[in-house]
Amino acid sequence: MLTAEEVLKIAGLARLELRPDEVKKFQKELSTVLDYVADLQKVDTEGLEIVSSVTGLENVQRLDVPVVAENRDQIMENAPEIKDGFYKVKAIL
Amino acid sequence: MNWETLGLSELRQSLDDKKVSSTELTNYFLGRIKKQNPELNAFITITEEEALAQAKAADDFINTPGENPTLCGIPYAAKDLFCTAGIRSTAASKILDNYIPPYDSTVIAKLKEQKTVLLGKTNMDEFAHGSSGETSSYGATKNPWDTSRMPGGSSSGSASSVAARLNPWALGSETGGSIRQPASLTGVSGWKPTYGRVSRYGVIAMCSSTDSPGALAGSVQDLAMIAEVISGQDPKDSTTGAMEVPAYFSQLTADIKGLKIGIPDEYFIDGMEDGVKQSVYEGIKELEKLGAKLVRVSLPNTKYGSLVYAIVAPSEISSNLARYDGIRYGHVTGEAKDLLEVYSKSRDEGFGDEAKRRILTGTYVLSAGYYDAYYKKAQKVRRLILNEFEDVFKKVDVLAAPSSPNTALSLGGASKDPLFGYIADQLNIPSSLAGLPAVSIPCGFSTSLSQGIPLPVGLQIMGPQWSEQKVFNVGYAFQQATDWHKKRPLL
Repeated sequence: MLTAEEVLKIAGLARLELRPDEVKKFQKELSTVLDYVADLQKVDTEGLEIVSSVTGLENVQRLDVPVVAENRDQIMENAPEIKDGFYKVKAIL
Repeated sequence: MNWETLGLSELRQSLDDKKVSSTELTNYFLGRIKKQNPELNAFITITEEEALAQAKAADDFINTPGENPTLCGIPYAAKDLFCTAGIRSTAASKILDNYIPPYDSTVIAKLKEQKTVLLGKTNMDEFAHGSSGETSSYGATKNPWDTSRMPGGSSSGSASSVAARLNPWALGSETGGSIRQPASLTGVSGWKPTYGRVSRYGVIAMCSSTDSPGALAGSVQDLAMIAEVISGQDPKDSTTGAMEVPAYFSQLTADIKGLKIGIPDEYFIDGMEDGVKQSVYEGIKELEKLGAKLVRVSLPNTKYGSLVYAIVAPSEISSNLARYDGIRYGHVTGEAKDLLEVYSKSRDEGFGDEAKRRILTGTYVLSAGYYDAYYKKAQKVRRLILNEFEDVFKKVDVLAAPSSPNTALSLGGASKDPLFGYIADQLNIPSSLAGLPAVSIPCGFSTSLSQGIPLPVGLQIMGPQWSEQKVFNVGYAFQQATDWHKKRPLL
């Protein structure tokens, strides 16, 4: 089973503040998932390339031309807090 | 007139012949939704006002001379992870409860161009994480064949609403079974496209390397009509393929004489429901009667599909769901003291259990020291699965197998098992990881699980990438010869 510290560490990386009961629950459940995938280690994958694109497309490019977004107001309306047309966030430093 | 009994081409004809108006159809289906939705909970949002305005625009268009687009004036519903400009799109998550997209997903924009009518946004597993519909923050969707049972997921509301004919068809999406499995459990036809056949732009992301927007409808004929409209390359989704979109609908043929259909041993697993096995075997025999050649094949790496997926999907999820930060849109906590707490508390309050479990799993397997052992290893085994399919399609044209090992389970079974989805979707995940197209079609009923209540069984046809036409043809041939797809639940 994963330790509480391990769960708290990944929760921190994932920016999830877990309640104490959630930490306990995920210690158990993440271990269940990791046990479930353990059999993959037995598969011989020598010389195989990882899959990065299933259909074989590579480096699809387009011209880098700026376009004007006409829906700035609708975009900003979804923000919990704005000030003077900017997103407002808490102090960073 | 019982408009819910007609297929899309018949609705097209009725609209073109002015036997019915789009407004009349829209009111008719809205009436069905209002009557049945309180019990089925298939919809998160019903867009009555917008639907009637779209129907009016369609009627105006139909009343001017000239040809009408294929789906013009025909109502439909969309899974709530398709962004719809001005209409809230929640992905069934509390974190997006108040989110009103400022833009349309490409698929929705294409349907708008056709002057279709959007009746509402359907319920689903939260962020499409699940195979039961139970992880939704808006309550579980019910299966119209037996409302004490799940409709499958994650396209649970789309499947349930099409099965009950609350709408003629619905948009869904599949990442690893999310169209085929619910289509199977509710007795409707579902199309999981080749990866990159349909644009993902504006479809709230789950696992970007397998996410495939598609559709659920009453027949394969209907699916072919829809596929023609929603497929195609999109400059806004660089993973869409440049291949031309064939005239799937007009090129449908029920002639499958000589077609080689592979029957993979590994898809008839231990513990599979007896009634499912029986119906699927009978369905396959029907294909043989129609002139197809059956070939027994083996895909030994099938058993690793769900294991690969249990690593790859959470990895991509943990990355895709990092954007929900309480700053630009979505739920924000009222309790934060500093910026870090804005992120971590907003996310803890906004995400449900399944989303958190997948974010944490993904973060773990991608973190320093574990990446090679988990993620890289999984992507190599995925290569084995891709190669195996490539080899088998040198021998056969398509594969036929059960869409799901079981019929609809009772509600409440999924939420406690962290592995539920990976096991429920084990017959869909390998082909999803390989980007293959497939349809699931109703092929009979099973009473093995239920006390005499017949529950639908699905047969899936999978083909090589971009072979939609072949897959549709097999399904079409089957539905020309049988009428399982015409059976309706009694409501």
